[in-house]
Parts: sequence; structure tokens; C-alpha cells
Amino acid sequence: MGAIAFPTPQADILARRESILAGLAALLPPECLITSEDERRAYETDAFTAYRRVPMAVALPRNTAEVSAVLAYCHAESVPVVPRGAGTSLAGGAIPQEDAVVIGVSKMNRILEIDYANRFARVEAGVTNLAITNTVSAEGFFYAPDPSSQLACTIGGNIGMNSGGAHCLKYGVTTNNILGVTLVLVDGTVVEIGGAAMDAPGYDLLGLVCGSEGQLGIITEATVRILRAAEGARPVLFGFPTSEQAGEAVAAIIAAGIVPVAMEFMDKPAIEICEAFAKAGYPMDVEALLIIEVEGSDPEMDATLARIVAIAREHGVKTVRESKSAMETAAIWKGRKSAFGATGRIADYICMDGTIPTGQLPYVLRRIDEIVKHYGLRVANVFHAGDGNLHPLILYNVNDPGEAEKAEEAGNDILKLCVEVGGCLTGEHGVGIEKRDLMHHQFNRVDLQQQLRVRAAFDAQWILNPAKVFPLDGRAA
Amino acid sequence: MIVVRRPQDEEELASLVREASGHGAPLAIEGGGTRKGLGRPVNAGITVSVGGLTGITLYEPAEMVIGARAGTPLALIEAALAEKGQMLGFEPPDFRRLYGTEGAPTIGTVAAGNLSGSRRLWGGACRDSLIGVRFVNGLGEIVKSGGRVMKNVTGLDLVKLQSGAWGTLGVLTEVIFKVVPRPEVTQTLLLEGLSEARAIEAMSAAVGSPFEITGAAHLPAQAGAPAQTLLRIEGFAFSVEYRAEALAGLLKPFGALGRLDGPTAAALWRDVSDGALLAEPRDRALWRLSVKPGEAAAAVAAIRTTREASAFYDWAGGLVWLATPETGDAGAAVIRRAARQASGYATLLRASDGLRAEVPVFEPEPAPIAALNRRIKTSFDPEGLLNPGKMHSGV
Repeated sequence: MGAIAFPTPQADILARRESILAGLAALLPPECLITSEDERRAYETDAFTAYRRVPMAVALPRNTAEVSAVLAYCHAESVPVVPRGAGTSLAGGAIPQEDAVVIGVSKMNRILEIDYANRFARVEAGVTNLAITNTVSAEGFFYAPDPSSQLACTIGGNIGMNSGGAHCLKYGVTTNNILGVTLVLVDGTVVEIGGAAMDAPGYDLLGLVCGSEGQLGIITEATVRILRAAEGARPVLFGFPTSEQAGEAVAAIIAAGIVPVAMEFMDKPAIEICEAFAKAGYPMDVEALLIIEVEGSDPEMDATLARIVAIAREHGVKTVRESKSAMETAAIWKGRKSAFGATGRIADYICMDGTIPTGQLPYVLRRIDEIVKHYGLRVANVFHAGDGNLHPLILYNVNDPGEAEKAEEAGNDILKLCVEVGGCLTGEHGVGIEKRDLMHHQFNRVDLQQQLRVRAAFDAQWILNPAKVFPLDGRAA
Repeated sequence: MIVVRRPQDEEELASLVREASGHGAPLAIEGGGTRKGLGRPVNAGITVSVGGLTGITLYEPAEMVIGARAGTPLALIEAALAEKGQMLGFEPPDFRRLYGTEGAPTIGTVAAGNLSGSRRLWGGACRDSLIGVRFVNGLGEIVKSGGRVMKNVTGLDLVKLQSGAWGTLGVLTEVIFKVVPRPEVTQTLLLEGLSEARAIEAMSAAVGSPFEITGAAHLPAQAGAPAQTLLRIEGFAFSVEYRAEALAGLLKPFGALGRLDGPTAAALWRDVSDGALLAEPRDRALWRLSVKPGEAAAAVAAIRTTREASAFYDWAGGLVWLATPETGDAGAAVIRRAARQASGYATLLRASDGLRAEVPVFEPEPAPIAALNRRIKTSFDPEGLLNPGKMHSGV
């Protein structure tokens, strides 16, 4: 691959490398500064591995004060900075460039405060998503957003990308679950936004920072909302003869006033791939699979599931498998949750992330099939049916440069299709570099210029994550 | 003499702003005019009403999304949603009783104020439900952000920024909200006679349970009536009954859990969300404090050591409504100090024009945040035409 351009590294910065490294070394202890080429290479990409750039240096500060010092220094020296959580971005949001300093938050991984009575946890930005839930689960609480990478991804990265997950139909995405952040501005100024109260005063800077992809500052601490978990959760697996029927069943469930905690869709290729890997007992004689999970006490779940099953039957469901045990629940979810990994075993793939109005589902699935076939490739569809967030996995062979390019083009066509039907380029993965050049399809010049001016209010010099989100041309605000 | 302009569509509104920009003439932005008196007085010769921009532009019940032009009456939106068994998830408040205003609250001002009622506790704030906007910025440009799908991380989230900006960053012309199902059954449970501190503990226990509390308010004792602590649960009948019983067990240490009948409870929640319990007497200053829930009662107690104040609590203590005589600074210094000590802040929701010109209505900002917000304001409205000074003096 290689269709996505990077800015030419600034020669004057590369020429000053030694002095910049010395400047950073004065601010950080040796174990917090990575300068050798071997070690820097570990930071050359993220989960969008087709693109790689080795950064000039990697700073791993231990606290807000060190982040502030490093940022202030880079700002004064006009050195680009690329913020990094765990590097699990599928959109290339954390891919560096040769003239940039990566600032990673991985050493800032302490949980600072847990307050069950007031239902929040205050954590450093490098704490992983799952660590929050693991820390509070003994008391029956959890942190709601659950991206697939939750074992590895950091809360700082989650805020940067406004991450979602399978359960946001009921609980919302990151921006709905964050109460406050400590943000280091580009010149090193430290500001506190929000906190333990449910609302923050003034302009909604918290909402603006969520999903800003490291363009506005570096988050060093976060206050997140924790919730008491339901008494129980149970998934049911439904097999449908056609995708249309599955889509209609989803609409009918919502129309009946039921908002399940998750509604996950898989098409036939995805079912086959996941079943081969996870042996989850998925039905092989159906075209579409829905996993619908409900929460509550046993009698509540029985009653809710009875309603859902009745609706599914009205829409021609062929297979219904209700979980009767924790083992069955785990098996049902194992197939879905291993979708990306299982796909990776049989082929290389790129994962798309557009969102569509759910009413457009049958049309969009048909068009995706046509687009991918046009390029002579295959696709497996896995997605969050309740909110229309699609994850088509386009399969290709990485060793065939022609195929890789075709996959990228097919992906772009699919995202344009999502926008055409009233949706968007990215539902939860972010723009990064991957979708940067498609922004013109969703926004007109005026829309983008307004966003650029807001960005400039934080970072007029384009120090922060400079090659991301906004098309490289037309950047003058 | 104030001129009121009432554009009939977005394009006309945009050209009106461009025209104002040519003359450097500031504009006061208005929806239904029901919240006159909220915010600092705006000094502008021209009032722009978005009341002419009406109509639902999109409603897909199966996708749980509704869009409407900014001047559409809230009541019209709520009626359309009710017809399909849905509603806005944040229970938008209606402040007509606070300000003694008439007219119809509009959906655009609901969005611009990010005002949420009791259900905010469970359903999130207005800004959490708002997923798309169109607005005219201070350059007279029509800008869009977000859209009609509920998962969307494409570009900077200007939707959130507009919600709570009170028209200072743009004139909203169209808003899109995600919506939720209207519950089959609503049940309000009642504890009586608790002190304010004890009530906060009870609400915290309830909200920290798995039983999905969609409203938790405490109304202190007054004039012979005992204190009431209200807990609301909603959903399907079988589930609500189960949770009501479970809560009765959980909250036994706080007393017997009674039940309020439907119409009484609905009227009471309306009063709580709208702040109407403190609407009278009209000459008292009215504050809204957003604080760490567990410290709400202590904050109110601290305020009462220096001045007379009546208060009630919503959001399990996270929101305090407080009325106090409009003497001196109407308590601003002591109230803001108490709110900050409780990890929160205070807004002067209602006071005379004179006082609101003197005392900051919105929480004063630390210098770096104020500087950032000024730059953000400039990025939308470089000439400072839109609702100048509405939130902060000189912004």
C-alpha cells in the first residue's frame, strides 16, 4: 500500500536532532526517553500497520508535569508531537513521522481514586480500558465503553478517538462516559476540564476533546463515570435466511420499545470464518446472524427475551439459541469477539468503520458486495446493528501489491457509500491518516474550515499530530 | 429601539448575519423567548428570532432519531415522538414558570442551552442526545457538524461545543437528537422524613444499585410537610415491579418505601425538572449548582451559615436548586466557594437584569480556560456579533 501521503519531514528539524534530543534528555530521566533506532522502531506504526514512519524520539513521561515540560519544549522548538496511548488505532491515529517526537502515556498507568458513592474513577491516561472495569468489578461496577481492543487500549487513547464498542447502544460511547480530564495544551499549560460533578461549566471543551485525535492537547488524567452492572446479562443467537429479515427484526425490536444492551450482526462469510476459529456452534445454514444481549435479573431477562424471540419469529428467524449457562454465553460471544483475529488467520484484511442509518442496511450490504466483487476481492461483514456502525472486513493478500491497493480503493468506495446514504466515514475508529483524504466527502469547505479554525485555537502551529484527520491540502484556516 | 428580525429559512438567516457583519451590528439570538432573563443581558440593537425556522425534517422511529429546524416548538417534537412511543431521553426542562414568560420553548434553545431535567441522571444530558447540528456562524456561513447516526467520530465534535454555548458560537438552524423508547410503566417510590444528608446517602445507594434509577430527587421538609425523597424507575411492567420490590429491600435502613400515584408523581417530576418548586417568590435569586453528589448537602449547609436559602436536590444530589434573597451579590461569592469545594460550579439562573450585569451568571473561568474560550469564540464569530456578553463579559 502507499496511497496515503505523509508530509515531507522538515529538514531543519532533522538537522537539529542532536540538540533536540539533548533538550529532551534534560527534561526526562534516561528510562523515559527512547532514542536508539531499534527501540524507536517499536513505535513506527499502530494497528494500521500498512504505514510506518520511525519517529525522531519517543518520550514516555511519568506524570503531568513531565508531559507539560516536553510539550512546552517541543512547542518552543516547533517540533511536531504525536500523542500515543497503546498504539491500537486502526486508522493510523498514532503513526508518527520522522521529524516528530512521540509522547506516549504508557508509564502513566495508576488508578488514582475510586469513588463508588459518587460513581466515578479518576485514572491516569495510560490505564487500560479493561483495567478500570477489572478494578471496580468486585464492587459490581463497570466502565461502559468496551472497544474490542479493551485489554490493551488506554483510556487516553479512548478519549482521543471517542471509542465505542458493542454495548454503546444502551450505554453510549466514550464522550457520554467521561466526566473530566486533565489536558496539557500545546504550550505546556495544564488545564482541568470537568471533574466529579455530572456537568462542567462553560463551553463543552470535554465534548470537543473527546474524539479530537490528539489534535488539541495531551490528556494525562481522566475522571470516568462508573456504573453499577446489571444483575445479569444473557445473549441470544438468531439465524436468519436473509440479511433483510435480520435488519427488519432489528427495526421491529426497537419499534417495540426494547433497547437491548447489544445487537451484533454477522453475514455468512463472517459466520463461516468465526465458526471455523471459535467453534461457537454458529448455524451454518443461514445468511445472517444476530447476537442480541439483554440485561437484568433472570425473570426480567426471560420476559424481555420472550418478546424479542416472538419478534424474530415474525420475521422468519430460522435458528434461535438462547444461552442457558455462562459457558454458552461465553461461546456465543467468543465467535463475535474473535471476528477480527479469526479473519486475520485466513487472509489479510482492512477493517472499515462507517456508520449508516440502519434503514439503509439491506441496500448498503448489497452495494458493499458489488463494490468488493468489482475489485475481485472478498468481504466479511460484522457490525453493531442497533446503531448502524458497520465493520466490513475486506480480505486481500498483503504480498500482492495490486490487491492491497484494490482493498484500499474498495474501502474508500464503501466509506463514500456510507456518507451518500446519510451516514459517516467513521463511527468509532477515528479518521487518523486512513480516512483523512475522504473528509471532503462528508464535509464541504466551509465545514472543514470551521473545524480547522477551532483546531487553530488550540494549536496554531500544527505541532500536535499534524498529518492526521484533516486533508493535507487546504489547511490554512 | 430593538428591531426583531424573523428569517424564514436558513439562507435568509445567513444573509442577515452577513449584513450585520458589514455594519458591525451585534445580534441577540432568540428562540421562543421563554428564557428571557437567562444569561447576562445582551446589548444588541437587533434581535434575531429563529421562530420562523420550523418543522420536523427527519423522524425515523426505527433508527431512534429525530431532526427539526431550530424554531420548532418543543411541544410539537414531543407530540410527534409520543405518537410513536418515544421521547427525548434527557427530559428537557421548561422554564416559563421561573421567568413568568409565555410562548413556546423551541428545540433549538433546548440544544443551545444544554439544559437537562431529572432523567439526566440515567439518560445523559441534552448534549449526550444531540448528534447533529446545522448553524450559521458569525461570518454568515452555514456549517454542519455531526449528523443523523448515533455513532460518529468524523472530525471535531462541534455539536457538543454548540450545546451549552447559548448561541454565542453560532445560530443553530437545525438539530438532530437521538431518542429513546417511552417506558411502558413509570413508578415513583418515596421515602419520607429524611434529613438532606441522609437523603443523599439513600439516593446514592439506590443509584449505585443495578435497578436503573431514572430520577432521584430530594425535597426538604417545609411548612409542615415532611421531606420527600423520590426515586423513579421505568420500563416494562414486569421489570418495574421486580425492581420496586428489590429497592424496598435495599433501602430498608432508610425507612419504608412508599409509592406515589402516577399523575401526582408526573406533576412532581415536572416541577423538579423545571425548578418550579422555587419559582416563587419571583424576586429571589435562583441558582443551579452542579456538584459531586455526595457533597451536595454539605455545600448547602455551608451556604446557609451565611445566608437564608431554600434548596432542593435532583440527580441524586448532583444538581442543587437554591433560592436566596437578592441582597448584596445574591450569595455569589459564598455559593461559588461552596460549589467549588464540592468539586462543582454554580450558575445564576435567575436574577434581576441589574444583578446579572454585575454578578457573573456563568461560573468565572480560570485564565487559561478563559483565553482558550475566547480563541474558540473568535474562530466561530471573529467580530463578536452573536449574543455578545451573554455568557461572559466581553466574550
